[in-house]
Amino acid sequence: MTDFLLELRSEEIPARMQAGARADLEKLFRKQLDAAGLKAGEITVWSTPRRLALIARDLPLATEAVSEETKGPKTSAPEQALEGFLRKTGLTKDQLTERDGVWFAVTEKPGRATKDVLAEAIPAIIRAFPWPKSQRWGAASLSTESLRWVRPLSGIVAILGEDLVECEIGAVKSGYATRGHRFHCPGEITIGSAHDYAEKLRACHVIVDHVEREAMVRDKAKAVAQAAGLVLVEDEGLVIENAGLTEWPVPLLGRFDEAFLDVPPEVIQLTARVNQKYFICRDAAGKLANAFVCTANIEAKDGGAAIVDGNRKVLAARLSDARFFWEQDKKKPLAQQAEKLSRITFHERLGTVADKVERVAKLAEWLASEGIVPNCDPALARQAAELCKADLVTEMVGEFPELQGLMGGYYARAEGLPDAVADAIRDHYKPVGQGDDVPTAPVTVAVALADKLDTLAAFFAINERPTGSKDPFALRRAALGILELIALNKLRFPLGQALSVADSSIKLKGARLLVQRDGCSYHEQIEGAVAFFADRLKVQQREAGVRHDLIDAVFALGGEDDLVRLLARVHALQAFVGTEDGTNLLAGYKRAANILKKEVYEAADADYTREPAEQALVDALNAAEPQADSAIAAEDFTAAMAALASLRGPIDAFFESVTVNDADLSKRASRLALLDRFRAAVHKVADFSRIEG
Amino acid sequence: MQKRRFPVDLAALIGQSRATMADTDKTPLSLQDMILRLHAFWSEQGCLILQPYDMRMGAGTFHTATTLRALGPEPWNAAFVQPCRRPTDGRYGENPNRLQHYYQYQVILKPSPENLQELYLQSLVEIGIDPLVHDIRFVEDDWESPTLGAWGLGWEVWCDGMEVTQFTYFQQMGGFDCKPVAGELTYGLERLAMYIQGVDNVYDLAFNNHGVTYGEVFLENEKQMSKWNFEVADTDSLFEGFRRAEEECRRSLEAGVPIAAYEQAIEASHLFNLLQARGVISVQERASYMGRVRDLARGSCEAYMEKNADQWAAKYPEWSK
Repeated sequence: MTDFLLELRSEEIPARMQAGARADLEKLFRKQLDAAGLKAGEITVWSTPRRLALIARDLPLATEAVSEETKGPKTSAPEQALEGFLRKTGLTKDQLTERDGVWFAVTEKPGRATKDVLAEAIPAIIRAFPWPKSQRWGAASLSTESLRWVRPLSGIVAILGEDLVECEIGAVKSGYATRGHRFHCPGEITIGSAHDYAEKLRACHVIVDHVEREAMVRDKAKAVAQAAGLVLVEDEGLVIENAGLTEWPVPLLGRFDEAFLDVPPEVIQLTARVNQKYFICRDAAGKLANAFVCTANIEAKDGGAAIVDGNRKVLAARLSDARFFWEQDKKKPLAQQAEKLSRITFHERLGTVADKVERVAKLAEWLASEGIVPNCDPALARQAAELCKADLVTEMVGEFPELQGLMGGYYARAEGLPDAVADAIRDHYKPVGQGDDVPTAPVTVAVALADKLDTLAAFFAINERPTGSKDPFALRRAALGILELIALNKLRFPLGQALSVADSSIKLKGARLLVQRDGCSYHEQIEGAVAFFADRLKVQQREAGVRHDLIDAVFALGGEDDLVRLLARVHALQAFVGTEDGTNLLAGYKRAANILKKEVYEAADADYTREPAEQALVDALNAAEPQADSAIAAEDFTAAMAALASLRGPIDAFFESVTVNDADLSKRASRLALLDRFRAAVHKVADFSRIEG
Repeated sequence: MQKRRFPVDLAALIGQSRATMADTDKTPLSLQDMILRLHAFWSEQGCLILQPYDMRMGAGTFHTATTLRALGPEPWNAAFVQPCRRPTDGRYGENPNRLQHYYQYQVILKPSPENLQELYLQSLVEIGIDPLVHDIRFVEDDWESPTLGAWGLGWEVWCDGMEVTQFTYFQQMGGFDCKPVAGELTYGLERLAMYIQGVDNVYDLAFNNHGVTYGEVFLENEKQMSKWNFEVADTDSLFEGFRRAEEECRRSLEAGVPIAAYEQAIEASHLFNLLQARGVISVQERASYMGRVRDLARGSCEAYMEKNADQWAAKYPEWSK
């Protein structure tokens, strides 16, 4: 047993690719071991910007010898069959063994030296490596068949025990030599084995273990902030990225001009993080401080003074750009900015962003004045909607598109608009995907809902629906946002109606397509849109643990597009089918439905004395039906289910003792009609035929 | 071409550059001395020292010494300063960092040498950047020029958080695979000089060490050219010029003079940039104009390949188009 070290050294590997590369290296290495029948103990994988390393512990020195047995013809088979088998195996007859009247050829495959296996495995791993992007380089790239790697591959260290595993790929030959830190130790260093690898590199200013570097960035960044009396704003993404950009991370704290703090903190944070990969800090009171933490890759001769000063200047240049944008933008009220939206195309068939804004404003006002969004001032809803996209034409959002909405909120507040309006502008894109905050402030809800309903209605009107994995206008996300807004705020309204109101403002170049397209009526088009919601609802509810067949069972009733009521029904149903009563009622329902499916009858009144179990079912239905009806009218679906549960005993007893298919045709017809009535009663809450199990 | 490359021993160089000596007498390199140092360094590495291309262009990459010479199998090593024009970046001389006309220092080495990173770092030491005082980093930044139909992988090189160089291994040019791959270095000269001189405003840069500043040379130029780019340039004649360049490119291709055709692609590209600065190209039209420029560039590259393919294949049997 011995340990194996592999280091693949290259020019700087993008930080974002390192985690994937570590996983791929381990996977490919294990695949090679498996193929050779080798087993390793623990496998460790490390990365720095300039190297991928793998250490496999406890590898055997050779693969085990194996004997392979090949079955041949029967001993009774004609001579030709045996000759053919001997030719195939290359053996003579006396080398074969006989068992149960069959010839067998046994070939011994000797074990292979692990070193030889690895010498073949390494080039195979390198060739198969699935980098997200790879390149060719150097003289060899005269051919497009030349080796590809994420950046030029510059060295391979491959040592089994203390022996070099000799291999060669491209112009790179394996060896014992690697390099230390690019600037602190630029010369070659010789590695003895897997055991001294990490420590030899450490002595040469390289921390090869990325987890250790991440801890260094995390802890030292915190420490330098603390030493300045500040609190670091933790950011694990930045920790990993900075660890992926350095072999010897040295976090340093710098200050920027306090005057920049006039700029919204989100802008400062984004500038620092996205452009410069800096951490930011807060003061003891939680306010953004005029400080940043950058992570250098050297132990600078001057203690980092020049590095901090250089970084400060770069940040200052960026922040002064940001401050310039902030001040320029504030000079114009949002209403004036919004005028420019008529120059931006929303979609070539759907007009400009200004057109969209007007539709959204009308719809938001309607949602408020109809009381669909309760306690919402229609005038504020309209005002907020009219301004909600104005920040798209500001300099700041032009520079940082991810600040859309947020900047609009800041500018609205700066010009003294009501808080409800500013908040609505800021948050109207929410919720963006699952897990995002769902707005609850009435004006925000009205604008957020109107924006998304308009988007959906508009793209449906031009028949741009998501197909498969393609959803270029993020309509699924918009639908999901609508569902979350409705569910969290318990908004009661027929979705179909809201969509037709949204649709009524859409002016297309050419005819309004929702009205007549593909021979579909307007009504059918709206139904299509509602069905799209049903699908999104199923996806959303499935993730929340609701069975999709139950949603189907409720949707199958038709005519329900009040999502709050629909969900209440689904949730009550889910609780009910989980009970014993529910399971048995379902069984009784399925039996009744199966009989009804097969039989044809003409409904008839019973002109005979009903059997007791038959009468009991009639009585139970007489009692349960009005109970269920009034519970449903009161939207108390749990009570409606309870009323139906009372049918469980009678239906079981009915099937127990009553013959449906009686020879007397009038009895038969009457009993079938009774089963039909039972089925209809159950359908008051859901179409049980859609329920699985 | 005879190449005479010094063995690179960065270790020996660190802390001993000529520029550190300059530090001791407190005179950092002027912009022109920096250029001279880079010329001397890359000349020593076997590069041809070329002069700027005599046409208006948005980046040094447009120089035929880069674009066209990146095609084909023949070795090619050159360095040059290229003035770049970015009309939309004009700020009437009022922004300390943004210019509509600035200098790039461009190095192109084909095939890319094994020690390209070391050579580059050595060049930084030459102009006064000590990598044990300043934090130099290679940060992922893949390069793509849709108008040239070109892309490559590489980095932006950071010096204390500032991007000072674009470092690219060309993979495709004009839609053709680069065989072999060329390494391209593009230094932002003003930025580097501002850094080395510790100056916050580009117009305060020492152009030479005899008291002439960058502002004295270029401030008035920035003011007038910003005004022309944004306000004065006659858009009708720019549109007309664009159409003429397209036509001339086509005629040149038919006549079998791809280098002349490529010059028209350069011209069209710059006219397109001017039209953008004048704000007369809508968002929708933008993509279509870029596509037209790309077609010119690609067509020229294709014809250039065509014209040379036989002689290249004869000289380099393992090469094929």
